Amino acid sequence: MLPALLTMIGLAAAAGVAAAFAARRSERDRNRLVEEIDALLPQTQCGRCTFAGCRPYAAALANGAADINQCPPGGHATAAALASLLGREAKPVDPRFGNVSTRPMVAWIDEGACIGCVKCIQACPVDAIVGASKFMHTVIAAHCTGCELCIPPCPVDCIVMRPAPT
Amino acid sequence: MARPGVRGGLRLNAHTERSTEHPLRPASPVESLVLPLDQHAGAAAVPLVKPGDRVLHGQPIAEPGGGISAWLHSPASGTVAAIEPRPAPHRMGAPTLSIVVANDKRDERYGAASPPRFEELSPQQLRDTIGRGGVVGLGGAVFPTATKLAGAADASGLRLLLNGAECEPYISCDDMLMRERARDIVFGARVLLHALAAQTCVIAIEDDTPQPAAALSAAIAEAHDDRIQLRLVATIYPAGGEKQLIATVFGVEVPTGGLPADVSTVCLNVGTVAAVAQWIRDARPLTSRIVTVTGDGVREQRNLDVPLGTPMAALIYDCGGYTGRMSRLIMGGSMMGQALPHDDLPVIKATNCIIAASPLDLQQRGPEMPCIRCGNCSAVCPAVLLPQQLHWYTQARDLQALETHGLLDCIECGCCDYVCPSQIPLAERFRDMKPALLEKLTADANADAARARFDARTARLDRIERERDAALAKKRQELTKKS
Repeated sequence: MLPALLTMIGLAAAAGVAAAFAARRSERDRNRLVEEIDALLPQTQCGRCTFAGCRPYAAALANGAADINQCPPGGHATAAALASLLGREAKPVDPRFGNVSTRPMVAWIDEGACIGCVKCIQACPVDAIVGASKFMHTVIAAHCTGCELCIPPCPVDCIVMRPAPT
Repeated sequence: MARPGVRGGLRLNAHTERSTEHPLRPASPVESLVLPLDQHAGAAAVPLVKPGDRVLHGQPIAEPGGGISAWLHSPASGTVAAIEPRPAPHRMGAPTLSIVVANDKRDERYGAASPPRFEELSPQQLRDTIGRGGVVGLGGAVFPTATKLAGAADASGLRLLLNGAECEPYISCDDMLMRERARDIVFGARVLLHALAAQTCVIAIEDDTPQPAAALSAAIAEAHDDRIQLRLVATIYPAGGEKQLIATVFGVEVPTGGLPADVSTVCLNVGTVAAVAQWIRDARPLTSRIVTVTGDGVREQRNLDVPLGTPMAALIYDCGGYTGRMSRLIMGGSMMGQALPHDDLPVIKATNCIIAASPLDLQQRGPEMPCIRCGNCSAVCPAVLLPQQLHWYTQARDLQALETHGLLDCIECGCCDYVCPSQIPLAERFRDMKPALLEKLTADANADAARARFDARTARLDRIERERDAALAKKRQELTKKS
């Protein structure tokens, strides 16, 4: 009786340890996969994919919680690259998440109309707007990813999207 | 035959016998000179004159437009007829903003204050002075010389390499310059040694023509300057490419994406050096250059000293006009030159050679056929690339693979095209693909920067929230204690 019991307990313990290792291992693989997916994303951080940024979208893709066609800024090239990385079927970007733009755009603040409310600065995911409370704001065009997140919060509607300077 | 430091290349017929038969002579003056403001690498120059102004030969007419840019001087006396877009050879005939000078043919010179003896200036002052002469690289890249010198000046143990190895077949302007103005080159070498605080200067020339070597040896001996040496290199195209010449002469390779300064070398074309000498010694800025007019499509093949802005049509007329066999006009050499749409284009600082090519001059190309993977192209590639592989990835537009296979190291010399039995225009394909790759690399770098800023912002917002929570908790604790 006792040897049998000890054997069973020992086997259970060994299996538990192995399972814990495997879990940690797969956790590491999953993180690596998230990194690889994130490297393919355009880093616009616009959230049009319905996630809070590029890395959260990458994590959702790795979990199988999102599809590969949810990134309009990346366009069809990104969708194709994601399909090839994840071994899924290639398909074009779903227009429900937004239109694929043909040329890069950046935000531009009409400085004459800006009232210095800092709402756009708080909304900018990549710190590309400079300014201070009650002072004029401006977009650093070279740092702007064109996410358009600064447009809705502006109370005086003084931000427009313009073609990126070349 | 193994040559230290260099791989690949081709032995080509130089086609310079006829253009070097006649001595150098000035081009006949023309009525109107067109000077594109963006004829140097970097930002376009900004005009200092307005239409109707009287200008003198050598007078500054445009100043550097900020960053990398260069001065521009009037190549003749006369009046500014217009400042307007005119067709330009470096834009393949597309118009670019240019100053048009109506030549009064009186050749009145601008009384520029003669600079002091160069030995009395500090290297820094001398470099700035060189910039004000409008001197840019005359080998074809037209990079502002003062910027190049300033960028290299901090390196220790600098060596100066003067490139007298004509890069391509047909071009003989440097050959002619070395025969006729060897003293200018040696004087310029001494100026540049001072400007860079360098101690050695090698003048590298090809071993196939004895006259330039003889003229330069005599000039060096006359100068009694033992810092300057002459070095003959094998005439193998593209030995005169900057990176190739550095490898041949010093046996070191310029790293990928690097500059000659990274291997303690400054490489300048001999024409540039002669221009420096004329500016520093005689206060004559760069307003003319030697141009080879050659090819079976022109009557008299020769080298001319041409004021910048002279129309190519006038130059051809000066050389007896076209022959009946003329079929295509090329600016540059036969390997890397650009076909021009017509001859109503001005000579610019980059115009080293004009080939009026007849079918005899042009390599006959058959229809393109599939790559048979013979490997001839990789055997001749002087940048030690695998053109057949690059061709593969170019067809697939695989930018990642093109980057790892070194597309950006391609110098577009055309050796691979030349030997390709399937007549694939490889160099052209590679040239066309480079902008896409550069765009991708920029986009990748921007994405990395955006990611870093996004991560930093996320971390900052987290930290602020934690700090606020901690402060609130502390306050709550204090309040509980009191009560």
